[in-house]
Amino acid sequence: MTMISESIEDEDKWLAEGIAGLQHNAFYMHRALDSNNLRDALKYSAQMLSELRTSRLTPHKYYELYMRAFDELRKLEMFFKEETKRGCSIIDLYELVQHAGNILPRLYLLCTVGSVYIKSKEAPAKDVLKDLVEMCRGIQHPVRGLFLRSYLSQISRDKLPDIGSEYEGDADTVMDAVEFELQNFTEMNKLWVRMQHQGPAREKEKREKERNELRDLVGKNLHVLSQIEGVDLEMYKETVLPRVLEQVVNCKDELAQYYLMDCIIQVFPDEYHLQTLETLLGACPQLQPTVDIKTVLSQLMERLSNYAASSAEVLPEFLQVEAFSKLSNAIGKVIEAQVDMPVVGAITLYVSLLTFTLRVHSDRLDYVDQVLGACVKKLTGKPKLGDNKATKQIMALLSAPLEKYNDIVTALNLSNYPRVMDYLDDGTNKVMAVVIIQSIMKNTTCISTADKVEALFELIKGLIRDLDGTPVDVLDEEDFKEEQNSVARLIHMLYNEDPEEMLKIICTVRKHILQGGPKRLPFTVPPLIFSALKLVRRLQGQEGDVVGEEMAVTPKKIFQLLHQTIEALSIVPSSELALRLYLQCAEAANDCDLEPVTYEFFTQAFILYEEEIADSKAQVTAIHLIIGTLQRMGIFGVENRDTLTHKATGYSAKLLKKPDQCKAVYACAHLFWVDDQDGVKDGERVLLCLKRALRIANAAQQMANVTRGSSGPVTLFVEILNKYLYFFEKGNPQITSSVIQGLIELITTEMQSDNTVSDPSADAFFGSTLRYIQFQKQKGGAMGEKYEPIKV
Amino acid sequence: MVLVLALGDLHIPHRAPDLPAKFKSMLVPGKIQHIICTGNLCIKEVHDYLKSLCPDMHVTRGEYDEDARYPETKTLTIGQFKLGLCHGHQVIPWGDLDSLAMLQRQLDVDILVTGHTHQFKAYKHEGGVVINPGSATGAYSSITYDVNPSFVLMDIDGLRVVVYVYELIDGEVKVDKIDFKKTATTH
Repeated sequence: MTMISESIEDEDKWLAEGIAGLQHNAFYMHRALDSNNLRDALKYSAQMLSELRTSRLTPHKYYELYMRAFDELRKLEMFFKEETKRGCSIIDLYELVQHAGNILPRLYLLCTVGSVYIKSKEAPAKDVLKDLVEMCRGIQHPVRGLFLRSYLSQISRDKLPDIGSEYEGDADTVMDAVEFELQNFTEMNKLWVRMQHQGPAREKEKREKERNELRDLVGKNLHVLSQIEGVDLEMYKETVLPRVLEQVVNCKDELAQYYLMDCIIQVFPDEYHLQTLETLLGACPQLQPTVDIKTVLSQLMERLSNYAASSAEVLPEFLQVEAFSKLSNAIGKVIEAQVDMPVVGAITLYVSLLTFTLRVHSDRLDYVDQVLGACVKKLTGKPKLGDNKATKQIMALLSAPLEKYNDIVTALNLSNYPRVMDYLDDGTNKVMAVVIIQSIMKNTTCISTADKVEALFELIKGLIRDLDGTPVDVLDEEDFKEEQNSVARLIHMLYNEDPEEMLKIICTVRKHILQGGPKRLPFTVPPLIFSALKLVRRLQGQEGDVVGEEMAVTPKKIFQLLHQTIEALSIVPSSELALRLYLQCAEAANDCDLEPVTYEFFTQAFILYEEEIADSKAQVTAIHLIIGTLQRMGIFGVENRDTLTHKATGYSAKLLKKPDQCKAVYACAHLFWVDDQDGVKDGERVLLCLKRALRIANAAQQMANVTRGSSGPVTLFVEILNKYLYFFEKGNPQITSSVIQGLIELITTEMQSDNTVSDPSADAFFGSTLRYIQFQKQKGGAMGEKYEPIKV
Repeated sequence: MVLVLALGDLHIPHRAPDLPAKFKSMLVPGKIQHIICTGNLCIKEVHDYLKSLCPDMHVTRGEYDEDARYPETKTLTIGQFKLGLCHGHQVIPWGDLDSLAMLQRQLDVDILVTGHTHQFKAYKHEGGVVINPGSATGAYSSITYDVNPSFVLMDIDGLRVVVYVYELIDGEVKVDKIDFKKTATTH
């Protein structure tokens, strides 16, 4: 720490000394300039420039000193120009400055006069430039040389014999300008590269850092080259690029190669890159193996894709030069050449190439697949990726086509897509599968053939079943639920209008989800069942039209599938869900006029109810669903109907809690009286149910009396009263106004009994029921007449 | 003026992948003061989504709800109105108005909201109202064929409630308006 701070202090001191010396001499130089004293001006300017001979400053500090000298030299240049106006020969001046004692000041002065010399046009620009660029070879110290040449470049920029420039002439062509810049570039790069070998080896790191600070001095030459008007595609292709690349490759320096390749890509127009792709890419495998080529190439592809996106007119150029295959080959070669490149590097390259492909050749799925294929090739023989960065890149590789096409169906055509996915670890594989599903959901993509569904399930198999036989990690229940729910949502996106294809899709989905095991089935079976039921309903409408024709897809066939599928769910066991699904199927079968099938589904539901559903609360819900469904069945003949209604009433009366029993039993009354079914109007049995419900309500009251010393609320009675009213209105002859009257009185008595706990909600219920009766009485007409005898 | 969103029978993910995008873009947080949901959401993700629209949410239990804690029925008072909520699979025959009216008397409410049939209904009945918001996802139903996605917004203002029904028909949202006034004699 001390050493560093010391050296920084030292450096500041040295810089201050340099600046002081510079200013001191500049002061005298100014005086000489003011008095038009050429001799003194040269003397003090040379002394001033001597400060730049220091080797003690880092590039950063040296630059500060250089800039001060640069400003002073501008004044000197003005002076030289005026001198020539005053009659001093520029040729003489050019000779005169060469008498300076030290080479560095001499060359700075020479460049300064040279600038005026070219401007005077007393000699061809190319000769002066050539002379200067050659003379500068005299400085071989890297930092000093780089700054000197940078000075040369700076003062000559506006004096190049470029096309359209005033310095262009018969003898001066743009070729000379290019030649000059190329030579300066080459020399600067050599100096720059050599810099690393100067000084002790232990300071290498520091030196590389310093060297990096100087890179823009070298790159500036390329920038100037790109600015030369006369550098057209032809010149770039034939002269500039080959010469620059020659220097880049031959310098064999990692830092220089990386920087300059990037510089080339950034400063020259994209159109040139496209037309010289082969040359540019050809240099890549020749670079040092440690050069970060993937970044260079990624930059190139990024630029080219932006170029392609800039205008549709440039697209044919890409095709014409076969940009894709050239890039693809180059990447292959680079990966081959750089044996030590980590997998993540190679994949990153493929991600860039894929991005390029998707932007430039989005219509070429074969290209996209080719890139994925190349990636698979690179991964072949390697174990699943454990490397986070590589995994991330693979995710990027797989996500790119989804984002581009917004359509998984396109991705499903990519044969290498699932193969790439296989290299992800199980966790990431699942994440990717979820990404795929989300893409489908977001774009509401419909996957409409069984083949595509098959391919899709191959992609998301990580969610569908336990891979490698390892059971699901139940550690994160929430995540698991979310995944499985996303699969459930997905099933609704698999659809085809054509029943035959739709059935194939259903069979495909079924095949896959049945491998899911007991933890997944409760999530995946219901959506499949409903998807199939929707198909049944569509066929139901069509059946009449295809009389005599052999139907490939029939509801019967689908019901068989449904039966087996729900059975798998019931074994899980997931009985409550299975029971609901059986009942749904029963309704659908009823609608299809398939009595035996309907009966079978009811049977299955009843078996589950009897054998599997033990929880009393679950029983209550199940029995209501059974009654509710059965009530709607119009298909059954008397015998089947009797069997089922008998069972249902039996179950109702056997519920654990009396109130539940009572409610279920009065609900059963509806099984014997269905409004729109003439065959089902059995007033007697309705009454039996209601009476039974009353008995149970009474029993409930007595039980309450025994256990709590007081009657329970009268709610159940009021509920039953309402049911009496219901069937009374429906015209059930067994339900008479006197029966109702009796019931009202019973409730009134119960409510007034000291034994009964008053319950405001029961009171309100009874009150609103009486109001209803009143309302019906006042309605007039048939209903009013019917209600007339009832007194409230 | 209070806005109440009434919906139910989404059956996500059993019967539908999600709410229709058109509905989702209409239902934004901060506009609705209460949500009443008849049930069959069926999963927590959907519950959380609804809750994000409005934290004051009331749900009753449908037969497919994974959350067993939802009650079978629920009553609440909004302004001058007493509302009752029930999924409806317990009311047999399903969707039967007279049977629902019995439930309305039992809960002693002005507005009864139930579901299960997936069919939008709004009746004026004995001075009260019985509403079924239909299925918000247009989910398959064994009871109703060709279900259109629908939900209900109730604008409760004093003794007046305006029921807006939003129905998605062939990709277009259609709105219907039904006006109810509570007669002072009801209670």
